[in-house]
Amino acid sequence: MSNIANAFKNGKAFIPFFTCGFPDMETSKAAIKAAVDNGADLIELGIPFSDPTAEGPVIQRSTLGALKNGVNTNKIFKMVKDLRQEVTIPLVFMTYANVVFSYGGEDFFAKCQEVGIDGLILPDLPYEEKEEFAALSEKYGVDLISMIAPTSHERIAMIAKEATGFIYVVSSLGVTGVRKEITTNLTEMVEEIRKVTDVPCAIGFGIANPDQSKRMAQIADGVIVGSAIVKLLEKYGKDAPEYVGAYVKSMHPRNLL
Amino acid sequence: MTNPQGRFGIHGGQYIPETLMNAVIELEEAYNHYKKDPQFQKELTELLNDYAGRPSRLYYAEKMTRDLGGAKIYLKREDLNHTGAHKINNVLGQALLAKKMGKTRLIAETGAGQHGVATATAAALMGMDCVVFMGKEDTERQALNVYRMRLLGAKVVAVTSGTATLKDAVSEAMREWTTRISDTHYCLGSVMGPHPFPTIVRDFQAVISQEIKSQMLEKEGRLPDAVLACVGGGSNAIGSFYHFIEDEQVRLIGCEAAGRGIDTFETAATINTGRVGIFHGMKSYFCQDENGQIAPVYSISAGLDYPGVGPEHAHLHDIGRAEYVAITDDEAVEAFEYLSRTEGIIPAIESSHAIAHAMKLAPQLDKDKIIVVTVSGRGDKDCAAIARYRGEDIHE
Repeated sequence: MSNIANAFKNGKAFIPFFTCGFPDMETSKAAIKAAVDNGADLIELGIPFSDPTAEGPVIQRSTLGALKNGVNTNKIFKMVKDLRQEVTIPLVFMTYANVVFSYGGEDFFAKCQEVGIDGLILPDLPYEEKEEFAALSEKYGVDLISMIAPTSHERIAMIAKEATGFIYVVSSLGVTGVRKEITTNLTEMVEEIRKVTDVPCAIGFGIANPDQSKRMAQIADGVIVGSAIVKLLEKYGKDAPEYVGAYVKSMHPRNLL
Repeated sequence: MTNPQGRFGIHGGQYIPETLMNAVIELEEAYNHYKKDPQFQKELTELLNDYAGRPSRLYYAEKMTRDLGGAKIYLKREDLNHTGAHKINNVLGQALLAKKMGKTRLIAETGAGQHGVATATAAALMGMDCVVFMGKEDTERQALNVYRMRLLGAKVVAVTSGTATLKDAVSEAMREWTTRISDTHYCLGSVMGPHPFPTIVRDFQAVISQEIKSQMLEKEGRLPDAVLACVGGGSNAIGSFYHFIEDEQVRLIGCEAAGRGIDTFETAATINTGRVGIFHGMKSYFCQDENGQIAPVYSISAGLDYPGVGPEHAHLHDIGRAEYVAITDDEAVEAFEYLSRTEGIIPAIESSHAIAHAMKLAPQLDKDKIIVVTVSGRGDKDCAAIARYRGEDIHE
């Protein structure tokens, strides 16, 4: 059992996403700590990529903003190392395959293990391509997180069977970003997954308000929120950590159910 | 050359979000079915011949040959196709395939606008909806093509994300496809992206080399010594090379856009300056920085202004079967003017990169050698930009 399982042992988990280094390194670190202090169970740390094809406008803007400020992979490893002085909950990276490939797969995974990263989400690495990093994931104990989408249908069992850490259930078609309504039959998707694995399921994409968080937590083991949090950092800048903390508290399913 | 996962050596693959996986699997299955269907092939051939004007001519450029004083030069005239470029070959194939799959809407990316115009044309012909994504900067540089697409009934979306150029148009088209898959086909314009696109687009463009081969045998009774084509994503080049890959004696030469030079940052010469990476669904060569961030590339030619190259070209480079040279803006503009003056043919600025290399290569070869240069498109669209490059203040 990897450290990721600990995120789900206290009941329904809340998983916030942060773009590392947005709006700057210090603020992003402070916001992450505020989320942890307010009950976040696992943190998704985005390593900015120049062309994030799975992201909506909010996260796109934040990644370009971070890159403009000179954020790079090594600075983020350093930031995680600093965070690990105080933060014990599981941390996973979310980035794109080229960031890992370009760093050198072996070096990247070794560094993840060294600084205390528990998993890696690569939205452009589907089941068919996971061999690219599967052996390294195993070797360094960094889970490659599988994603399952509303279009996955008969692929669900195949993906879920080999999933480790947790399963990222994509709530809707399209890219990340706040949505008014989530219409996918997620109950059915999670039931399909449950037939083949006990690995926890967390739902993400488009979740922004407490009502959505509550409904998603009734279906799955955890709730992932990205764009809504990045928006707070965009809006409040250096003052954002306080707002992020309050928001995490208001969204945490354990405070809602 | 393709294995079942769509690999060309180490390149290719399907590096895309899970949301799109079933869409590309469905596309591959449909393509494998229809490529063997005589009815589909008959309909496509009729479209290519009667609508697009194929076969395109293989023209002996006698004046150019004499002037350069070396190898005999033939021009493969893709510029004479309907809509003015090779892009229509692929688009008619994909649109017909999409229609057979029951899709009612085509989306596409475009740089200079040639692929967008071709897609809008096919959509008009087949009664399909069409949305074209184009970098905002390109919509301003190529306003006439934007109007042309609208005239043909397409909606043009000006993409403002990232660098607002071709790579961002591709990203935005991919994002749109994840939003709406059931009725929509993404009509990708080059031999790039996730499998099966590099194979499908190559097969639809391979008609170019098939024709060159038979036309050359008819005119000269033998194969050419070299085939030259410009390379951005690489669709006209792979189309020009494909049926010669097994003929080892035929040199295959791809001409990349060096922009202001391969020793500057203002270049789009991917194979000459890039390194292996993973982007836009494929493993291949990409212009990128040391952290794997995709580089903002530059070329005078909007159609070659892309930071990647198709995976089959990456493989042909790796195994040494094809050569990839870099041609600067200056050389391309000179070739643009040279071919206009010498043969009365105004080539697209993209194609001018291949002409420029022919101007270097032909004089080095004996007179009994033969080279074929693919003129992938016509240059009317570029006249205003080239005039401005030369300091004349012309606007469309």
